[in-house]
Amino acid sequence: MLPILLLFSLFILLRGHYYPGGGFVGGLIAAIAFVLHSFTNGTDDTLKLLRVHPSAFIPVGLGIAALSMFAPMLVGQPVMTGLWFNEPFPVIGLIGSALFFDIGVYIVVVGVVLTILFTISQYSE
Amino acid sequence: MELLLVILIGILYAAGIFMLLRRSMVKLLIGLTLLGNGANLLIFLLGGITKGKPPVIDSAAKLFTDIYADPIPQALILTAIVISFGLQAFAIVLLKRVYVLINSDDLDDLNTPEEEDI
Amino acid sequence: MIDNTLIFPVIVHLFTAIVLLFFWRKTVAQRIISIAGSLIAMLLAVRLFTMVWNDGIRTMQAAGWDAPFGITFVADVFSSMMVLLTAFSGVAVSTYSATGVARGRMLYGYFPIFHLLLMGLNGAFLTGDIFNLYVWFEVIIIASFVFMTLGGRKAQIEGAVKYMAMNILASTFFLTGIAILYGITGTLNMADLSLKIGALENRKLVDITAIFFIIGFGIKSAVFPLYFWLPSSYHTPPSAVAAVFGGLLTKVGIYALFRMFTLIFIPDDFLTTLLVVLAIFTIITGTFGAVIKNNIRRVFSYLIVCHIGFMVGGLGMYSEIALTGALLYLFHDIMVKTNIFLIAGLIRKLRGTMNMDKLGGLYKEYPLLSLVIALVLFSLVGVPPLSGFWPKIYLFEAGFIDAQYALLAAIIVGSFATLYVIAKLWAKVFWKDQPELPDGESLRDEFKPLNRFRKSLLVAPIVFLAAITLYIGLAAENITAVAQHIAHEMKDVSPYIEAVLGPNVSP
Repeated sequence: MLPILLLFSLFILLRGHYYPGGGFVGGLIAAIAFVLHSFTNGTDDTLKLLRVHPSAFIPVGLGIAALSMFAPMLVGQPVMTGLWFNEPFPVIGLIGSALFFDIGVYIVVVGVVLTILFTISQYSE
Repeated sequence: MELLLVILIGILYAAGIFMLLRRSMVKLLIGLTLLGNGANLLIFLLGGITKGKPPVIDSAAKLFTDIYADPIPQALILTAIVISFGLQAFAIVLLKRVYVLINSDDLDDLNTPEEEDI
Repeated sequence: MIDNTLIFPVIVHLFTAIVLLFFWRKTVAQRIISIAGSLIAMLLAVRLFTMVWNDGIRTMQAAGWDAPFGITFVADVFSSMMVLLTAFSGVAVSTYSATGVARGRMLYGYFPIFHLLLMGLNGAFLTGDIFNLYVWFEVIIIASFVFMTLGGRKAQIEGAVKYMAMNILASTFFLTGIAILYGITGTLNMADLSLKIGALENRKLVDITAIFFIIGFGIKSAVFPLYFWLPSSYHTPPSAVAAVFGGLLTKVGIYALFRMFTLIFIPDDFLTTLLVVLAIFTIITGTFGAVIKNNIRRVFSYLIVCHIGFMVGGLGMYSEIALTGALLYLFHDIMVKTNIFLIAGLIRKLRGTMNMDKLGGLYKEYPLLSLVIALVLFSLVGVPPLSGFWPKIYLFEAGFIDAQYALLAAIIVGSFATLYVIAKLWAKVFWKDQPELPDGESLRDEFKPLNRFRKSLLVAPIVFLAAITLYIGLAAENITAVAQHIAHEMKDVSPYIEAVLGPNVSP
């Protein structure tokens, strides 16, 4: 289940430009994938699978999101203006700064949800 | 539809405040959650309920011609839900810590006498 | 005028927090980064203030969506002044925290949370959109929850439960108010709201909505009868945290009250009476609490409540003089309240307790330091020509003009009680000899073993804030000019509305 759900969460993330979906939902789905994994194999196994503790995701994601928020400032646009590359990329379609913001949100959500849930589960054990 | 929502909001607020006034910590938490949901529904109701299309303009047209649903209340509620999700997660962990520390669910036990503080 | 530099104070703290998260386990690096971030934020805040003071109100529309549709950030003199004061406290508290906070707390993210809190405060001061204000408030309360519980023992966790419940409740009231406001006007932009609320016929509905906001902000800023959570939670966290809470968190509620009730709900007879009555009771209850308590920090907590009443009273009288007085008091109060909690922490370091009965003889041991502390304490009382004195003159003058004699009496009682409390504290803690302690108790001096550098890190912020307080007192005409300017902007909001919505809007 883990790879399928992760792939699905990426799909939701990329779909978010024109259809319902996006970083928050995608992140939640990815987090659920890891949570299911921890249900079956135990929290310690999931932590081993992740290699780094989920709380380490939070600053990375925040950093990406924040940078993409303030990137337009370098070009002289107001903060949070969407910047778009002119050439569409294969598969993904048009890439803009909004996508990087979404990726940042995705990483943060995974990090936060997993940190909270793992903390609670390890606490009660 | 409006009438139903009004009644529902009333019930949510009333139940939330009733729960807040109980002495149990878990009920306090449930009360806060219910109040938060009531407030979200209130935004939804007062934002005006319309059965309409999403507010996306046709590239040809310059103005809205169809009835459209106001996107702002939805954005507000979404934000409020995410925020209350975070707050509640935090509150649950906090109450759990309190339960472990004082081994009681009663809010009246939360009174360490003043002499003990530093 | 579109201007991105406006939100630099917010961005700096965000990036500082992110960088700090990367240094999760390295406490030395965290201290350096935190102090550096605060200093940069202070420079930016000074720049913002001079810019706004010289060139008028600045606005920024997020993503270029014009008001009232997009999220607007506005910096007028009031908000930039608040950002400036926040930055001063930020520098002082982060310097103090470098030695004043236990290493265990730093390991669990003390500094990142501190900067997120400051980011929330700056955001709340700069936003021009009421829902955005709500979001910033949530940022603030989540950060403050973590502060409240971080590394807590029993008493602290107990305080945190009360604090959490009351703050979530306050947010719900605030959100309900926003819902009704959106329902009756269909906009969330503060400038736009100001126009549309002014044009409404149904004043009763407006008053009811206003009451929701009074409850919401009243809980946050500890106005009677919603203040009781404050004294029962502010004495528990570490002093550096209590300094931020006491100095800034209640004041952001006051800021929001001022903003809402001068821009959106123009106070009518009903609202002014309500605010004045609330102010009177707030002052009286705060006074009683402060007089009977024996723990230094509990005394200070009640003094916060008492002095919140002064500001709400000034707002309630709603004349230009009264607003000037209340604003001056607000500026003075942020600096002094932050400082007295830092001082309380220092006393704790020196003696290991905060119970006044067990303290004494500090003046004999540290005469110079005691003089600085005396300066701060007497500013709080309002001994002329120190900073607490000038706002009271304005408040008295406004009270006599408006014939609000009950409020005047309350302010006088509150001032004398403050004098009594501070004099008692001074006599007990600094002048009288160290009392004999009951058996089995001894004083812990954590200050002496520290090396010179660390000692100076603890004392420097107190001196820094004391210097600012002294400046507010001695150069009162400059600060008064700022306050009068803001009060004038509050009475005549059209420049604000024009700056946000463009010059062609008819009021």
